[in-house]
Amino acid sequence: MESLTLSDVEQKYYSDLFAYCDTDNTKKVASNGRVLDLFRAAQLPSEVVLQITELCGATRLGHFGRSQFYIALKLIAIAQSGLPLRVESLNSVKDLPLPRFVVGKNEAEARHVALYQDTDSQGLYPASAAAVMPRPPGRGLQNKKAPPPSTSLPVHEVVQPLAASVEPQPEPTSPVVSPDQSPPTSPPSWRKHKRQHSGGNVDRPPVVAAAGAVWTQFREPQTAPVSAEGMWASHSPPPPGQESWVSFTADTPPSSTLPGMHPSSVQESTTIRTVASAAMTNEIQRQSSGYDDPWKITDEQRQYYINQFKTIQPDLTGFIPGSAAKEFFTKSKLPILELSHIWELSDFDKDGALTLDEFCAAFHLVVARKNGYDLPEKLPESLMPKLIDLDDSAEVPEQTADVGYSGSPVEVTPNKSPSMPSLNQAWQEMNPNNEDTAIVHPVPIRMTPSKIHMQEMELKRTGSDNNHPTSPLLTKPPELDEEAKLPASMKFVAANTVGEGYSSSDSFTSDPEPITRQRSQSGTSPEPLKVVAPPPPPPRPHPTHSRSSSLDMNRTFAATSAAGQAQASAIAYLPAVPPRPLPTQTSAPHTGLRVEAEAAPGAAAGLATTAAATTTAAATTSPQQIPQQPNFADFSQFQAFAASEQPSSLPEVDKHSEAGPVEKAPEGAGPLRTVKSDGQVDERASASVNSAKGASGPIAPPPKPVRRRLKSEDELRPEDEQHGPQKSNVIAAVLSTQPSIPRSVGKDKKAIQASIRRNKETNTVLARLNSELQQQLKDLLEERISLEVQLEQLRPFSHL
Amino acid sequence: MAVCIAVIAKENYPLYIRSVPTQNELKFHYTVHTSLDVVEEKISAVGKSLGDQRELYLGLLYPTEDYKVYGYVTNSKVKFVIVVDSSNTSLRDNEIRSMFRKLHNTFTDVMCNPFHNPGDTIQSKAFDGIVSGMMVQSG
Repeated sequence: MESLTLSDVEQKYYSDLFAYCDTDNTKKVASNGRVLDLFRAAQLPSEVVLQITELCGATRLGHFGRSQFYIALKLIAIAQSGLPLRVESLNSVKDLPLPRFVVGKNEAEARHVALYQDTDSQGLYPASAAAVMPRPPGRGLQNKKAPPPSTSLPVHEVVQPLAASVEPQPEPTSPVVSPDQSPPTSPPSWRKHKRQHSGGNVDRPPVVAAAGAVWTQFREPQTAPVSAEGMWASHSPPPPGQESWVSFTADTPPSSTLPGMHPSSVQESTTIRTVASAAMTNEIQRQSSGYDDPWKITDEQRQYYINQFKTIQPDLTGFIPGSAAKEFFTKSKLPILELSHIWELSDFDKDGALTLDEFCAAFHLVVARKNGYDLPEKLPESLMPKLIDLDDSAEVPEQTADVGYSGSPVEVTPNKSPSMPSLNQAWQEMNPNNEDTAIVHPVPIRMTPSKIHMQEMELKRTGSDNNHPTSPLLTKPPELDEEAKLPASMKFVAANTVGEGYSSSDSFTSDPEPITRQRSQSGTSPEPLKVVAPPPPPPRPHPTHSRSSSLDMNRTFAATSAAGQAQASAIAYLPAVPPRPLPTQTSAPHTGLRVEAEAAPGAAAGLATTAAATTTAAATTSPQQIPQQPNFADFSQFQAFAASEQPSSLPEVDKHSEAGPVEKAPEGAGPLRTVKSDGQVDERASASVNSAKGASGPIAPPPKPVRRRLKSEDELRPEDEQHGPQKSNVIAAVLSTQPSIPRSVGKDKKAIQASIRRNKETNTVLARLNSELQQQLKDLLEERISLEVQLEQLRPFSHL
Repeated sequence: MAVCIAVIAKENYPLYIRSVPTQNELKFHYTVHTSLDVVEEKISAVGKSLGDQRELYLGLLYPTEDYKVYGYVTNSKVKFVIVVDSSNTSLRDNEIRSMFRKLHNTFTDVMCNPFHNPGDTIQSKAFDGIVSGMMVQSG
């Protein structure tokens, strides 16, 4: 770099500017916004700025080092003086005025100059890029006479405006006066002043800069109500200004004539003024942190917003209705049109009410608007409501990190039209982050205010569902559900399997499930799923359907298989083959089964027919099987099927099983196949059932009240043990991994096995579905048997 | 697709009307006004026969040699009218329906805005954006 000799004043000025621009404190200023704003503020044509950048070597280096920055500043000064830009001129031009950075009005330039001389102690007026300082020159001049300590200046300024009035109206008068004073301070005199001050102030540039920035920003609120929007229109909202300003509002003014944190415009501005001094130090820090994102909400701001939210709606997870919000924001004295626009931007889910996130965004926009910043056309990313759980204090600063995540809902929500895919992707994206709730995925449930709200909105909009078909599968054995504190979905699943087909769904809290099941199947049910099975996007056909449902299932299967969803098809297949009931019905312990059984008879005839078909085969084994867990039987059947039969008709099922589903899945598929193939499968099923029963006899997976996952895994485990050798390699591999799951059910493995787990869960769900179906069949069979016995008893003479 | 899009309030005054600027806007205003008669006719006719299940999309109201007028009425008797250039024959009914659906959704959002008083002209930028999007394509 060319050697650069700077005068003292220049040195100081440049170092101040560099400190201002060096937001990362890396002594290296990349071409970040501040630098560009600064250069833009120099009011030079862009090509000149480019030329300067090149000359100083920044383009070579890719960033502005200190020397490059200084050279650039000097070149700016040269350009502003009208001299041709040349490297040689760097050192040759004598008496070069300092580069002037203009912000806002024309007089700002002169003011800046004056400011600088006066505010050597005050700091960087370029930093106050967005601030049109109505009074600074006047004040500055006054202060010049007796350079006060830098920190006291802002206070000074603060006090004066406060004393002036609450209303900002008096402010405008000062600007008229001040600029007149500044122009006379020509560079020479100005420089002289600088020289005078430089000595004393050299060591205080940072503080000065901060103070100046504070001070200038302080001006903003005063002028905001007065100045036209156009003033700032040319400048991107200076984050430092905004940041500190907002922080002012966030801090309750310690002293002041402020009546409190009332959001009225007047009060806001006074708050800002009074807080200015208090928040100076905060502002300094925030200046550097907030620059990158002008719309980012700082902690203080957010806290303030939250407090305001509480005054309207004490429940932080609740909504502020539109009317209350209207009243609230009308107090800010913004024109209705702008408030309307702010509302449009901030009411993210378009429900006419504001959640905490939306409220903060709206408030932030109001604050920005009052400061003169133009409203954006689209909601800035940092203001978008996040779908994650709203953690008032802690997560606020990290929310920007979640912006990306919330991006999905952002994309999703604008689709007002029902769009399964978009919702699916939203769900999909959400799911990985909720490993814990992967199984229990509350689609419509409100897990967190914003998130669930979004979900609900989406659900309402799309009218669909992603209701996971897996939910039915999740509730594998109904009896388990009863005992277990399994999530509702589990129960629902079981219940659904039982109840859906049957009009009476009983003991289980199956009501939501059937609805959801139906929803998943037909997408017609309006009620949201209380519990959603894990991720699998395609709506799982209801697992337990009675004969009619089996028909539906077939249809559904066709639909789902058309969709190419292996899982869906597998699942679809599963329900279709309820007939493969394992006679091993744990009748006694499973009242649920009983219920199912009871319901079954009343249910569709289809099931009865299938049950009849299988009853013959199953009857033989039923007495033996009773003590056995249905699961086992299921698995064994399925396993046999999977091993023996590779129906081309169910390629997906095979794939599904191979994918590593639980044995149940293949077993489920097996039964399905049976139904499809009508008969041969039955035989095989019975055969496999028998074999399975024998094998599974000793292994009776006790219903596990633990989480579903555990349960499924436990179930799987015994099955694995039983059917390990029988299983295909894939299945075996899957199963082998599964046992480890329960061990490591904990969160620690989630991240690692996210997708695997999902598949497993899907498999589990399928398997459970299968088992449930089988149980239902068993129940039916038992019912039938008991009924037959009763008949015999009642009709002794007919008995032959 | 459209050359003119209008939103008429229940009392038959315009809440929002926007035309492709190159044309004589007054002509479109007249067209929309006259089409209101057709809308009223359709509403009253259908309403009696079908009870409350009235089709929101009214279809082609009024074809002239230059353009076609389509209508859509909401359950709150707010009418949407789209004027389409006749030369744009590629527009299918479905597309018009989807345009109306979009309009309706956007209109609902505007209504949800607490700062918007029903009966005021629509000044929402989002609404403007949607409408512009619909009109720009027609040319």
